Amino acid sequence: MLNRDDDILQAAEDWRNAGHGVALATVVETWGSAPRPAGSSLVINDDGTFLGSVSGGCVEGAVVTEALDVIQSGEPKLLEFGVADETAWQVGLSCGGTIRVFVEKVD
Amino acid sequence: MKLSTLTELNAERAARRPAIVVTDISSGEQRLVKAADFAADPLRDALAKQLRMGKSGSVEVDGKKLFLNVHAPTAKLVIVGAVHISQALAPLARSLGYDVTVVDPRTAFASVERFPDVPLIAEWPELALPPLNVDHYTAFVAVTHDPKIDDPALLHAFARDCFYIGALGSKKTHARRADRLKAQGASDSDIAKIHAPIGLAIGAVSPSEIAVSIMAEITATLRLPKASAS
Repeated sequence: MLNRDDDILQAAEDWRNAGHGVALATVVETWGSAPRPAGSSLVINDDGTFLGSVSGGCVEGAVVTEALDVIQSGEPKLLEFGVADETAWQVGLSCGGTIRVFVEKVD
Repeated sequence: MKLSTLTELNAERAARRPAIVVTDISSGEQRLVKAADFAADPLRDALAKQLRMGKSGSVEVDGKKLFLNVHAPTAKLVIVGAVHISQALAPLARSLGYDVTVVDPRTAFASVERFPDVPLIAEWPELALPPLNVDHYTAFVAVTHDPKIDDPALLHAFARDCFYIGALGSKKTHARRADRLKAQGASDSDIAKIHAPIGLAIGAVSPSEIAVSIMAEITATLRLPKASAS
């Protein structure tokens, strides 16, 4: 079913063990009609390869870009996406909801 | 997340044990709480609630916002008896997110024509059940009405501590079943775990309605606090 993030976290571990830089992005809060519930995750490696999702596909591109920064810096980030966000025109959620995504490096 | 935390988390998930990752989202500080440590944890009430709902969420503790990421195993449903009720129960349970397996040694019942999309094992419970790794995150129903099949299946479910065990049959049938199971070594507390007659009392008549009443009872057992789930 839709809540199975099983293979995603295993992929993060495998990538890390293979020497990749890896970041984990997790939906930590949602308001309104957010497409994926809290706990949904996206894993990204330093090739820009990603698995999983934090939305219906609307903000993944932006999350991947931020995740590459996090892999570089090692500092976690809290991202917010929604119609009120100033970047909404580029990467807002079409459903009208708002989500917060925590991005952290696996190290 | 530390790689060691991720590795530990993945090991818990592979073993089908629940675990919760607690993250302070302003500092990034993080810890993994394993099932065995839930009861002694300072956040135990919040952890228990999130786990029961199978839902991740935030709590505020001492002015800190903590995110509780719940990793609960996917619930399984084992249906012993490839009967008419099971034909309705299997797809309903799958739509609710359960991994479903149907077991029935009677090949006339356990046929692909009757169960086109469900893993089906046409073997006696003694052979069929051990490889299924029935565990606490398994709901187990015995609906053949045949003691030769239902009884050994129920004994297996007791031993594996399934969160829900249900068996088809009237109160009278159930009383006879209880006697038989006790004669085979089941305890009173084992017998008390059986939901029988199976399903919530919603006046179900058709196989599909009985399937709804069974899944409603399983849902209540999974999601309601222990005291109020009967």
